[in-house]
Amino acid sequence: MPILWLFLIVLAIAAVGYVLGRSRALQSAGGDSRHLHSLPSFYGANVALKTLVPAFGLLIVWLLVQPLYVNSQVSGMIPESAIKEGSSLSLVMAEVRRTAHGMDNAVAQGQLTEELARNARADITDMTQRLKDAGQVVTSDITQPVLRAAQSYRITNATGYAIMSIAVILVAFAGAAFSWWQTHSEYRARNVVEQGVRVLLLGAASIAILTTVGIVLSLVFNTWEFFKLYPASDFFFGTTWAPSFSGRGGSSALGIIPLLWGTFYISLVALLVAVPIGLFAAIYLSEYASPRVRSFAKPLLEVLAGIPTIVYGLFALLTVGPLLLGIFGDDGLGWMKAGTAVMTAGLVMGIMLIPFVSSLSDDIINAVPQAMRDGSYGLGATQSETIRQVVLPAALPGIVGAVLLAASRAIGETMIVVLGAGAAARLSLNPFEAMTTVTAKIVSQLTGDADFASPEALVAFALGMTLFILTLGLNVFALYIVRKYREQYE
Amino acid sequence: MNDMSRVERDVDTKDIKLECRDCQVYYGDTHAIKDVNVDIEDKTVTAFIGPSGCGKSTFLRCLNRMNDTIDVARVHGSFKLDGEDIYDKRVDPVQLRAKVGMVFQKPNPFPKSIYDNVAYGPRIHGLAKNKAELDEIVEKSLRRGAIWDEVKDRLDAPGTGLSGGQQQRLCIARAVATEPEVLLMDEPCSALDPIATAQVEELIDDLRSRYSVVIVTHSMQQAARVSQKTAFFHLGNLVEFGETGQIFTNPEDPRTESYITGRIG
Repeated sequence: MPILWLFLIVLAIAAVGYVLGRSRALQSAGGDSRHLHSLPSFYGANVALKTLVPAFGLLIVWLLVQPLYVNSQVSGMIPESAIKEGSSLSLVMAEVRRTAHGMDNAVAQGQLTEELARNARADITDMTQRLKDAGQVVTSDITQPVLRAAQSYRITNATGYAIMSIAVILVAFAGAAFSWWQTHSEYRARNVVEQGVRVLLLGAASIAILTTVGIVLSLVFNTWEFFKLYPASDFFFGTTWAPSFSGRGGSSALGIIPLLWGTFYISLVALLVAVPIGLFAAIYLSEYASPRVRSFAKPLLEVLAGIPTIVYGLFALLTVGPLLLGIFGDDGLGWMKAGTAVMTAGLVMGIMLIPFVSSLSDDIINAVPQAMRDGSYGLGATQSETIRQVVLPAALPGIVGAVLLAASRAIGETMIVVLGAGAAARLSLNPFEAMTTVTAKIVSQLTGDADFASPEALVAFALGMTLFILTLGLNVFALYIVRKYREQYE
Repeated sequence: MNDMSRVERDVDTKDIKLECRDCQVYYGDTHAIKDVNVDIEDKTVTAFIGPSGCGKSTFLRCLNRMNDTIDVARVHGSFKLDGEDIYDKRVDPVQLRAKVGMVFQKPNPFPKSIYDNVAYGPRIHGLAKNKAELDEIVEKSLRRGAIWDEVKDRLDAPGTGLSGGQQQRLCIARAVATEPEVLLMDEPCSALDPIATAQVEELIDDLRSRYSVVIVTHSMQQAARVSQKTAFFHLGNLVEFGETGQIFTNPEDPRTESYITGRIG
């Protein structure tokens, strides 16, 4: 039975339970809802919740556990001799799964009958041919153990899913029946339902947090793998970035310093563009602009934040790069060799960051109490004196927080760098030379034919981890500063 | 208010510092102040009393053109400071506010050091030629604000770290530092406890020797304690204006009597 059907059946049971629970509650109160502890709909919702939550909980757990169980059952069937030299159990298992799926698809197409697929004495060459005819991806001739394992894999899986369907429906019925039996006019359905909703909300929040933990863990394990293959000191202190493209060469130099330098340099240029422009825009919007101008200028500025970064990247590649080349290139000052450079990426990234800085700073400047401004005006200060000497100093910690948040955005930015800054990892002070950043190199190390056991690919995780820690640190620091500032005026 | 002091006060006639005639204020469509005529005397404390929303703070803010910072407010009428119309086109409101200082309801020290708070006005207006002179102005102002002894050892500490009453006296010192001729106070004690209130009231009485002080207050006792002249506002009208003792003991208008005896408000 497909899972969608199972899903719909459980929903239907819950819907019926809702109606029954509601009517039973009304009945127990003699048809007068004023004699009930809760509103009738709460009794219905109570039954529905107690149907859905255990049933779906079981479904999710089963779907997670069954593949593990089946894998361990089936891999026991594969003899040592079936594992070829240079191969491993997991590779053979991958082939088993591929064959099993191929057989499923072939049955679905009618190339293979169900009996033949289950036949333990089926001919291997015939089976291979039939699978190939059905257009399934089978690399070589299927060996006897693999076919046996695949057949067993299919059968175990099918039985598992059948049992699961029955179990889930039974649990749904049991939940519905139990809560229906509970329902009477004294039962505190409202409290139970609200408790249940609270648990669901908590679940949603924990999924977000657990995902973060999962991301960190996956980075940590792969980073650990990388440091087993490549010395950490060479990674952190190496000044050359030259991965060998042939793969298992072992001659790669994977020093992070040129990449960090590129990241830092491009971010610096970006911030030099974004901070003054963004801050001035924020001052204009919050202090000088009339409400009418503000009401359309602010959303317009924030549109910049909604543009996908790849579009900014195109802007850098097609417009800003050639423009800069025209001024600083060989025809002009002669400092620039190609359109892709630190300056190109930095300028465009700066434009991208303007709305971040201006929007956050604008909120912070508006949060400075009017009493501060009145106090300054009352002493005979002009508006600009008030802004420079009272409003900005009061807003400064918050503005610093905004700048730090923008900086962590700049450090994590990828597409603009890929398109605007070139791909050469270089330690140089000339902002008109091509450089690259940590993020851009993560992309280039993982795209294409990456062998996930080589240091050249695993280095991406170490880079990602470094970047994660850097931006996390910046964010925490920025939030700390912003929060400290907020306490001052509330 | 004992009668002796009233007799004494009646004897010395004062110059009129600020003369207000036919003042009207509109907030959008609302007519907030109607036909108000008040003469603020020099070296006198004038109190504005009245129920909430009667327009006394609005009128106070006309006197140093603080209403200019509110977009919807429009002010009509003549306000003459030493005979010169403060709403004249030639008058820079910024310069005016240096002459007519203001202290607000809630203490609002800037998030700077105590020293910088007081030095703010003098620095903006270039009142000090060098650091020594600025130090002198700061000390003099803090002494006049009756807070020098409490803060002289920590002038570099932030002004926001002081207690409420100290902050308000710091704000008064800050206003005094620009050498104003008139000092406007908008309910300066409403956010303070009784002890801090007493200190500020004492300070207001001291300030009378050099400045003309206008104070808006909700507390009739406070008006009776610190002022020599009292104006009673009701629903945007100036109901009665006269000697404080007169207003509190023998008011002419029945509305004034109802207010001070607590029947309206």
